[in-house]
Amino acid sequence: MITVPIAYYLILAAILFCIGIAAFLIKRNVITIFMSIELMLNAVNLTFVAFAHLWRQISGQIFVFFVMVVAAAEAAVGLAIIIALFRARQTLNVDEVDLLRN
Amino acid sequence: MELVLFILFGLLAVAGALNLLFQRHPINSALSLVVVMMSLAVLYWSLGAEFLAAAQVIVYAGAIMVLFIFVVMLLNAGEEEETHGSKIAYIAGIPGAAAIFCLLSFVFLSERSRLGSTGLGGYLSGAVSNIAEISHTLFTTLLLPFEVTSILILIAILGAVVLARKEL
Repeated sequence: MITVPIAYYLILAAILFCIGIAAFLIKRNVITIFMSIELMLNAVNLTFVAFAHLWRQISGQIFVFFVMVVAAAEAAVGLAIIIALFRARQTLNVDEVDLLRN
Repeated sequence: MELVLFILFGLLAVAGALNLLFQRHPINSALSLVVVMMSLAVLYWSLGAEFLAAAQVIVYAGAIMVLFIFVVMLLNAGEEEETHGSKIAYIAGIPGAAAIFCLLSFVFLSERSRLGSTGLGGYLSGAVSNIAEISHTLFTTLLLPFEVTSILILIAILGAVVLARKEL
């Protein structure tokens, strides 16, 4: 039976994390930027699960559970902030939200 | 068998993430993020984390992404406007992300033999299942953090309701 090296899982997580960083920097829509944050959180969760498998420990999986809970709370609050932002500025483009710039 | 699963769903996850990056419409990005989360759930399952695989599908792909899609539809978000964006992001950010990726891959590949490899399925001792082990740890040693989490979620709900009210 062919097994998969743990390093491959970690490299996959690194790929996803770096795509998340690139999307965070390139995207101009605030909802898509928020989605790329979720993508980065998922990549980190994958490394947690892979290391939990490596060390034969359950704590890594419990950490992922807590990350999921906090991500759910963060998504609710963040999307509410996006709705409030849209009400105030009538735009979702981050380039036009520059109140602190001047 | 496991290598085939890993390659299949790993490629699917990377393709979904790249699609998130290249699509201009937020709803397409959201749906490709669902693909990423589903394939990550399969990878969790192949790493022996059955509970997390189920939670990933229910919480992430179910609840959080539905919330995202609701907000996209509520705000009637159209296609992204073509702007040049910030110069620093392109000059420092993209090479920085590539450098982080190269560093991480180098470290992981050079430590590859010490990291070992994974067989399909669970690894926990004896007849104890993954869910039984997680719930035992969660409700004995980690009971206080678990209860604090409920307060966190309560505060998050209150905050979301206050922020999304008509008059702020």
